[in-house]
Amino acid sequence: MSTLVEVKGLKRYFDVPKGTLHAVDNVDMAFEEGTTMGVVGESGCGKSTLARTIIHLQEPTDGKIYLNGKDVTHVSKRELPKLREQMQIIFQDPYMTLNPRYTVEDTLKEPLVHSGRYDKGSLDKEIRRLMDMVGISGRLRMAYPHELSGGRRQRVGIGRALAMNPKFIACDEPVSALDVSIQAQILNLLQDLQKEYGLTYMFVTHDMSVVKHISHKISVMYLGQVVETGTTDDLFDNPLHPYTKALLSAIPTIDIDKPKNRIQLHGELMSPINPKPGCRFAPRCPYATEACSQPMSLREVTPGHLVSCCRAEELSDKQPVTAGGAAECQS
Amino acid sequence: MTANEVKTPGTGTPPVEEEERKQSGTREFLSRLAHNHLAMFGGIVFLIIIILAVFADKIAPYDYMTINMDETYLRPSLEHLFGTDQYGRDIFSRVLYGARWSLLLGFGSTIFSAVFGIIVGSIAGYFGGVVDSVIMRFIDILQCIPGTLLTVCIAVILGSGMWNTIFAMGFGGIWGTARMLRGQILTVRGQEYVEAAKATNCTDFQIITRYVLPNSIQPIIVQCCSHIGGAVTQAAGLSFLGLGIQPPYPEWGAMLNDGRAYLRYYPNMLLAPIVMIALTVLATTFFGDGLRDAMDPRLKE
Repeated sequence: MSTLVEVKGLKRYFDVPKGTLHAVDNVDMAFEEGTTMGVVGESGCGKSTLARTIIHLQEPTDGKIYLNGKDVTHVSKRELPKLREQMQIIFQDPYMTLNPRYTVEDTLKEPLVHSGRYDKGSLDKEIRRLMDMVGISGRLRMAYPHELSGGRRQRVGIGRALAMNPKFIACDEPVSALDVSIQAQILNLLQDLQKEYGLTYMFVTHDMSVVKHISHKISVMYLGQVVETGTTDDLFDNPLHPYTKALLSAIPTIDIDKPKNRIQLHGELMSPINPKPGCRFAPRCPYATEACSQPMSLREVTPGHLVSCCRAEELSDKQPVTAGGAAECQS
Repeated sequence: MTANEVKTPGTGTPPVEEEERKQSGTREFLSRLAHNHLAMFGGIVFLIIIILAVFADKIAPYDYMTINMDETYLRPSLEHLFGTDQYGRDIFSRVLYGARWSLLLGFGSTIFSAVFGIIVGSIAGYFGGVVDSVIMRFIDILQCIPGTLLTVCIAVILGSGMWNTIFAMGFGGIWGTARMLRGQILTVRGQEYVEAAKATNCTDFQIITRYVLPNSIQPIIVQCCSHIGGAVTQAAGLSFLGLGIQPPYPEWGAMLNDGRAYLRYYPNMLLAPIVMIALTVLATTFFGDGLRDAMDPRLKE
């Protein structure tokens, strides 16, 4: 399996009145062809900004983006359309992402026309094929977004992304605005499409059960940085970073006999504006020591499992956490 | 395949025949408008007034300027529907010709302010930053001046006449339109569908014409439609003050001014233009409201 998209040292800063907001800070990530990389983290940790930067909806402040090994960080306006045909995005709120004045047909037709690959006859066939592909019945072809349910709107959004015939799709919380039964339908659709067309997904979410279901690999983000990366099994069976452990302990369970140690984090997120060097999780981390104020980077603990915690090894046997300082509750 | 199983359970819209769905946007818009009785009433009345104005020379039984001192101060009769004025001119004919002037001023100033308002508002909305700040501060300053005062001042400076009056009235309207459109554009520009359009390789021009303007211009159109009625009143006001259309041309406001002295004895000289002004304002307001409701597919059903 080869790497399709790779980012190295990607940074996206915003200038705000109080200083510089580090939305995405020094992120390395590699997306293997035909697999799904889940990106999880709480609100405001830069997941969506990362997705948009990779897709070139925002300019990176620093760092590199590679597509098939080719540097595509800064492409000219002429090359951008070609690039976009390979990288697409699905948004969170399916209502906000569809032009309210476009019918389903208009929405799907536009990218097809722009690609310049279709003439009038084949255009019509292609729209039919796309609608079939994402499971929208033909009678809804002339429907406006407000006439569609949330799940159908999201299908239209997926269809629009697929119309470009991309290899890589950044899914920016594609199911978090939908109710649970529809979530499953959309997730299954995405997985089927992946199997059929060998798509590569970057799957941004804050829902751990969703990410476990769909991802091959997972990156955990905290305040603009990746704190842990590994295969889904590694990460769920053997989380190394204290933040990952806290996240995983927050997944609700239906097993009433199994006592669950839920790690409750105290304190607030550190401000992403002009953050101090060192581990950004340290102020909330029950295991923080002096060493945590040193600059930190991802390091490989076991093959393919990277973490940015200087105490990862000594903490790895202490789980679920019972060490002093951690506030726990029995549920 | 799951995708196929998945689409069967119906959620949301009830099944609709494909033929029914095939209605184009324009036809849907028109059918929605046709179902709004008040709007249709307004539209028809307004249309009749426009037709009367356009074909005034064919419909009017008399010339609007010919003085006939033998037939002054006549009461309404079959011969002179609305009677005659102090110079023996047929008031019905004058009202018809007056519609030309009044509507010209109304449409002219509305179109003037809309065109420049859209240009200024788009520039402020798209470019943002310093350009936006400068334009908006300028508008803030202008809007501190009471609208009527500004219009009267410009009318006094430029003098009377049709084009000058159009400019004087339109100038004041530019800024409200510009501010409104800018606000709309700022909201629409931040929407995710604009981002999605960028991601599907739409050019800036396409994004503006297909995404931003269609979703932000609607209040402007409605405002313009209602504004025509207001502009007709304003024009009448200016002419009444002697700043707009000058006698002997029968603008409705000028006719009011002519008839003012005879209110007690010959109210027909005043009533005719007043009723026309009132009808025009009412019709445009109803029609404008109906237009707004019909245009927004989100308000449908």
